Amino acid sequence: MNHAVENENVATDRVELRIPSRPEWVALARLAAAAVANRLRLSIDEIEDVKLAVTEACTAVIQHENHGDFIHLTCETTPQALRVRVHDSGRQGAHGENGQTMDLDEARIAGLGVFLIRTLMDEVSYDVHPQLGTDLLMVKRLAAGQAG
Amino acid sequence: MTSCNGKPWDNILDIKVNVRQGPGDCYVVDLSGEIDVYTSPKVKDAIGELIDRGVYYLVINLEKVRYIDSTGLGVLIGGLKRVREHGGSVNLVCTNLQIKKIFDITGLVKIFGIFDTEDAAMKALV
Repeated sequence: MNHAVENENVATDRVELRIPSRPEWVALARLAAAAVANRLRLSIDEIEDVKLAVTEACTAVIQHENHGDFIHLTCETTPQALRVRVHDSGRQGAHGENGQTMDLDEARIAGLGVFLIRTLMDEVSYDVHPQLGTDLLMVKRLAAGQAG
Repeated sequence: MTSCNGKPWDNILDIKVNVRQGPGDCYVVDLSGEIDVYTSPKVKDAIGELIDRGVYYLVINLEKVRYIDSTGLGVLIGGLKRVREHGGSVNLVCTNLQIKKIFDITGLVKIFGIFDTEDAAMKALV
């Protein structure tokens, strides 16, 4: 895990974790994200939201046929938000956008995961690159008085 | 992937499944731990084995479940679909607000009976 990146006038901490793209490591990813969220003084509800969103993102990667060997989790803290990035170096989008490799029930459950991510986090965006893999950025904004 | 004494990390990763017979044709599945992509196959197997044996009335007790994700929800939905094909039903016991929130925002509160006590879940099955 890395630590401390300085911006121009806003201190931003960054925590990075690389886990194998296998189910038994997903718990570690959500615990790491929860620990960072806790540092930002997010509420228990909000920490649970972050845990579930990270779990769903990692699960989507693992269940995708063309996933890479590793999942990169990056948590950035700013005075305004927690920014969580889940990167998979596999080919094509993994976050429930490519249902063609799943049967209907699997696709519905994958859709549920994407729905949960979008519902629980304040901002969600994808960046899909055919060669470099998929980047999922999820943002949880801080309420006034949180952080620090 | 264990801690120094092999305990805390195992507890985080593990799901405990206990199956017991309730009144009549009903069975109770007690779950304890976290249900995610790693642990949900164990839950799926336990529910699947019961249905394969002809058990179509189930109470799934989530009182000791700390966490559930979409793969866990998928297992419960799959079980419900299978028992309904035989005229059966699945009721859940859950008072954990975080978990109830997941059922709420996914709309699954409309397809599962969710009860505060095992007794109430059992009575509502028949």
